[in-house]
Amino acid sequence: MSTERLLYENEVLELDNIVMTFGGLRAIDGVSMHIDKGEIAALIGPNGAGKTTIFNCITGVYKPTEGKIKIRSRSGAVEEIHGLKPNVINQKGLARTFQNIRLFNNMSVLENVMIGRHNSLKAGVLKAIVRDKATKEEEQRVIEESYEILKKLKLDPYTNEMAKNLPYGEQRRLEIARALATDPFLLLLDEPVAGMNAQETRDLEETIGIIRDKEHITILLIEHDMSLVMEVSERIYVLDYGRLIAEGTPKEIKHNPDVIRAYLGE
Amino acid sequence: MKVQTILTEIKKSLTVAIWFIILFFPIMVMKVSVSRGVAQIQFRWNLILPIGVAGFVLSFIWRHALVWNESHGSAKKGDGAAMSSSSLTRRSSNVSVNPFSRSVGALLLLVFAAAFPFLFGMYHTNVMITAFIYVILGLGLNIVVGLGGLLNLGYAAFFGVGAYTYGLIWKYVGPSFVAAGFDPGWLFWISLPVAGVVAMLFGVLLSLPVLRLRGDYLAIITLAFGEIFHMVMQNSSDLTGGATGISLIPRPWFFGQKLAPGDAATYIYFIALVLVIITIFVVRRIEDSRVGRALEAMREDQIACQSMGVDLVKNKLITFALGAFWAGLAGVLMAAQTTYINPDSFTLSESMIMLMSVVVGGTGSIPGVIAGAMILKLLPEYFRMLAQYRMLIYGIAMVLIIIFKSDGLIPRKRKQYTFEAKETAK
Repeated sequence: MSTERLLYENEVLELDNIVMTFGGLRAIDGVSMHIDKGEIAALIGPNGAGKTTIFNCITGVYKPTEGKIKIRSRSGAVEEIHGLKPNVINQKGLARTFQNIRLFNNMSVLENVMIGRHNSLKAGVLKAIVRDKATKEEEQRVIEESYEILKKLKLDPYTNEMAKNLPYGEQRRLEIARALATDPFLLLLDEPVAGMNAQETRDLEETIGIIRDKEHITILLIEHDMSLVMEVSERIYVLDYGRLIAEGTPKEIKHNPDVIRAYLGE
Repeated sequence: MKVQTILTEIKKSLTVAIWFIILFFPIMVMKVSVSRGVAQIQFRWNLILPIGVAGFVLSFIWRHALVWNESHGSAKKGDGAAMSSSSLTRRSSNVSVNPFSRSVGALLLLVFAAAFPFLFGMYHTNVMITAFIYVILGLGLNIVVGLGGLLNLGYAAFFGVGAYTYGLIWKYVGPSFVAAGFDPGWLFWISLPVAGVVAMLFGVLLSLPVLRLRGDYLAIITLAFGEIFHMVMQNSSDLTGGATGISLIPRPWFFGQKLAPGDAATYIYFIALVLVIITIFVVRRIEDSRVGRALEAMREDQIACQSMGVDLVKNKLITFALGAFWAGLAGVLMAAQTTYINPDSFTLSESMIMLMSVVVGGTGSIPGVIAGAMILKLLPEYFRMLAQYRMLIYGIAMVLIIIFKSDGLIPRKRKQYTFEAKETAK
């Protein structure tokens, strides 16, 4: 398990024996997992199992205490990304949403998405002041691209609205839109349907499918809504007390005694 | 039911009136006079009734104002939440009415500003120059606080860096410059860009230790930076002249012509006016660009901002450097206007006034910051007869603004994007 191996051709992400400690607490205790290209994988587990901590390790918010995180970048090369800064990891093609919605509240919906396009632009301070033709065109291009993303996620009626004024379900969708704007190959969704009603959940399930099938983006999601997890995901990892207790297809997980024990108790 | 509410209202106001009387008793009713080394207390009982009545009436007004404010605020919020596509189109058309009347207004304002020194004379011109300097400072600080969301309590230090750059250039380069046959008026024009760049360097210098800090810690560090600057300037008397400062700093000359103080004031006024216009132009462009957007995203949520690929380190460097640059320019102007600088012009209270002009005017809003700086600098100047009540009025005004206009006097309006025309074209 701890022996080093290269990523298989079809893998986009691999966690190799990740340990994350906070003081004396081992929040993540030797987790290894991998995600194949084009699949929808789910990370589940009881509250406090360490799911969001794993996300934070992958996206660079935390630096894992031990272990390696490898990705297969767009060029096909294998790169180690543990310990890099969040913005660098994002530029490599990993985008995420947040469990407790973290939108840019006092900016418009369109501007939220435009921030996601930040790295597809070049203009610096001087160009912003001079505002030459190239900069103007670049700006216009990003406005249009962002609007297209909004349309894709059916957020275009809210274009100029402040993000904080959006209904809850739309705020979650805007988080996904903003993440998509960074042009990722792997999208990490942290409880995308938390707090949504049944209709909104169905809509989002559809959206996730579209993102994978039409945009060809691999998805890893954390979710408590089991019906959604069983419906959309092809591979499920189950986490409990910072350790991986099961891995497999939805069917296998459903009947795994360890999983049932973790969720229902002895 | 109605009688009941009136009774409770009266009861509430009566309580406030009594509270007022108790509070004001020691200051308004009791009067201590010392004669022949003996303190005598004189009780002015006749003042009790007016205090009580004032408390009674004011509490009525205050309560109703609060109720009005609350209903007003919630109406606004409700409008935002219940928005639909129809409200969007209405608003975007609303914006398109503006440009003509706005450009006429701007033109009139510009004509008035240009005529100002000829209409009102030297005293008012000088007052206005000071106000302009604070407008530049406010706009610069607005980049840091309003856009970047980084609280900076030591902004006066950058102002000081600018002023001292000019002062020191005059003190050390000036003599040989004049000996070489140039007139000292040119030093102003040399110092202006140099001071901007030096202030920027100091901005970068300050931003290095604060990269990891936010909130309270950031405020404390910037506060300390401001104090350090003040202390260093005050105590390195060999280099900077210490507490006595640097005097006889030359005003800019008008094409090789030394100007009389009155004309020099007019000249500096126009330089300040042009600088204000340049500042507004540049700050607006930055605000409405990729860089400005990234700064605002940093203000809203640093973690999310970084996770969306924005380099926070670079962002913070840009924020502090840009903010400091304008303070540097303002510092040179200030040194040229007063011809004398000393460390006491760059204390915490100056930083506070700059910060207040941003917050009172409307954080992040350019017209708001201009209005805020003007009000905070001009009102005290023109209400000198009320000098002893100045801080009292200041305090009351602050409380009122925070409660009733918490977004500032002229809140930021967000840019509206329209796509209707494009879609029909497609």
